[in-house]
Amino acid sequence: MYRYDDIDQTLVAERVNEFRDQTRRFLAGELSEDDFRPLRLRNGLYIQRHAPMLRIAIPYGLLSSTQLRKLGDIAHRYDRDYGHFTTRQNLQLNWPTLASVPDILAELATVQMHAIQTSGNCVRNVTADHLAGVAPDELDDPRPYCEIIRQWATLHPEFTYLPRKFKIAVTGSPADRAASEVHDVGLHMRRDAAGEIGFEVLVGGGLGRAPAIGQVIRDFLPLTDLLSYLEAILRVYNRYGRRDNIHKARIKVLVKSLGAAQFRDEVEAEWRAARADAPQLAWAEVERVRAFFKPPPYESLADIDVTADREPEFRAWYRYNTRAHRVPGYRAAFVSLKAHGRPPGDMTSAQMAALATLAEEMSFGLIRVAHDQNLLLADVRQQDLYATWLALRREGLATANIGMLTDMIACPGLDFCGLANAGTISVARDIQQRFDDLDYLYDLGEIEIKMSGCMNACGHHHVGHIGILGVEKHGEEWYQITLGGSVNGFTALGEVIGPSVPQRAVPATIERIIEVYRERRDEGERLIDTYRRIGLAPFKERVYASRAQAA
Amino acid sequence: MRRVLKRREIVADDWRHLEEDPGAASGTHSVIVPWKELRANFETWSARQGRLGVRISPTDKIEDMTAELERCALVAVEFPTPSEGRGYTQGRLLRARCGYAGELRAVGAAVKRDIIFALARCGFDAFEVAAGEDLEACAQALERYTVAYQAGAPGSLSLRQRISA
Repeated sequence: MYRYDDIDQTLVAERVNEFRDQTRRFLAGELSEDDFRPLRLRNGLYIQRHAPMLRIAIPYGLLSSTQLRKLGDIAHRYDRDYGHFTTRQNLQLNWPTLASVPDILAELATVQMHAIQTSGNCVRNVTADHLAGVAPDELDDPRPYCEIIRQWATLHPEFTYLPRKFKIAVTGSPADRAASEVHDVGLHMRRDAAGEIGFEVLVGGGLGRAPAIGQVIRDFLPLTDLLSYLEAILRVYNRYGRRDNIHKARIKVLVKSLGAAQFRDEVEAEWRAARADAPQLAWAEVERVRAFFKPPPYESLADIDVTADREPEFRAWYRYNTRAHRVPGYRAAFVSLKAHGRPPGDMTSAQMAALATLAEEMSFGLIRVAHDQNLLLADVRQQDLYATWLALRREGLATANIGMLTDMIACPGLDFCGLANAGTISVARDIQQRFDDLDYLYDLGEIEIKMSGCMNACGHHHVGHIGILGVEKHGEEWYQITLGGSVNGFTALGEVIGPSVPQRAVPATIERIIEVYRERRDEGERLIDTYRRIGLAPFKERVYASRAQAA
Repeated sequence: MRRVLKRREIVADDWRHLEEDPGAASGTHSVIVPWKELRANFETWSARQGRLGVRISPTDKIEDMTAELERCALVAVEFPTPSEGRGYTQGRLLRARCGYAGELRAVGAAVKRDIIFALARCGFDAFEVAAGEDLEACAQALERYTVAYQAGAPGSLSLRQRISA
């Protein structure tokens, strides 16, 4: 993975000093709340329902064991012994005190981490495929380019105060495990006829209010022009994006109002005009960064059957929680943060420490964060999978439900978030309880439930096979259900199934949707496939048939 | 007399804003004129004795300024609120695209120590700071970072560099 040099380390240290000074001035009454807000937001610090929430950046979801151990240690000493992994591969602490945040940042800097630009109207953490570098279907590893983008975007003086937040995702695989088409900019790695690496560029995707799928504005962008082109996009956005209405300030609104073709023309014109002074990526720099992402020293091994004569629980874990690896004899193993009865994405300090040690023993000391709020050991020797499973199971991290209905995405919701309209954690728990039988879940197959506590859609509900959106209705928490959303190479936005339902009715509503699926599915068909074949109507009919009495 | 931070020094301001001091138009004072006024009566302003400056708001397009820019010894760019970010691009383009080499001044209620460093990196060399803001602290803020990932303005093309003060 990337290692800071003197320049990177100095920058982070100077940022800590700056934020320490800003926090001191706020606490001393020298800075007003209005003046402090944009400063703290640019450093991932929200003032939430109970306490500040600090969002720590995990660039493109890659952690060393040292970093994960430090995160656990920070959560233990400054918070309540746990952290929450998000859909943008970051970690959130829910209970730090404001006065302790500069110290937390200083601790993070000792392991080459920070919270720079994890919130605020600026370029946010750059995310990537969690299987980057190991997926058999990958064109090339996107992470060196994520790191180059990370550095370019960090404290970029011109794009400090954009109209709204700006999210970039990069993927090197057609399966798009980074949800890149619902990002402000999605970059898809491509090769041209000469075999040179470049990017297909999508702009204007996003969830939140008025969700939109990104549109292609360039089929192939040569690698050396990566930063100059991003700079052109951001400059057009910074100049012409709306600033009069926060709900219309994302780049997707600008792209929609101009039309993708005109937006592209604006960007191309700006790009050409800026070429004399725009940053060109030097090959030496590309090579310098690429060298950090060279494959680890894999052993020369053959694929083996590790499930024979093992217990059914291990076989299920192997089937559902591990993935193919491009190197023979290895597999990628998910670390499920979706244990039934636990808030999705939460992890305790003890679990972090244990996983750090396990990663050192089994996976070259590296851990990935997936956008669906699970972690991953990407490089486990197949012969070590059983021992890995035993160790994960001891820590409650081996729930064999990856891709299954209870592998839900959920934002923190009303329990923590100052923006939320409705809770998510208790709804997730109710669904987990109702669908607690793993064999039943396996029969249902791949089902993605994604849940957000408000329109901001941090839980990606629009692109869930089943989406759940919390809404407030007469002071009560109600939930709007959508069907048919997806990402992963085929991006679609879900359709609202009908009127929202009260909290207690959510699990039963999910169950009715599942009933229809079980009755109507063809052999081997997933819920999303059945939905695409038969449409919304049969589901809608069943959900609302008896609800008049039920609700 | 107002004091401003100019080329890292705290100095007395020898410019007057037309909006604050309409009488400034009559003499040979150095006067800063809003873009709309300058554009509407450019010949009059151009013929006037004394240095001329222009003040632009976030929605003004710097591409529209051609002859006017050549006549001006100062461009004042407005930063009215902390969330207003268009002026950073205006400054960058004035330096890099328009080749403007005169005084580039940040003005407005948001011009405080916490944004000074980024402004300087976008080409601003003068800061008319918000009322009540500490000029000394603003001067110190120019030294806040010794490294940067982006080229300065107008700058070298290096993506990672130590900034020499």
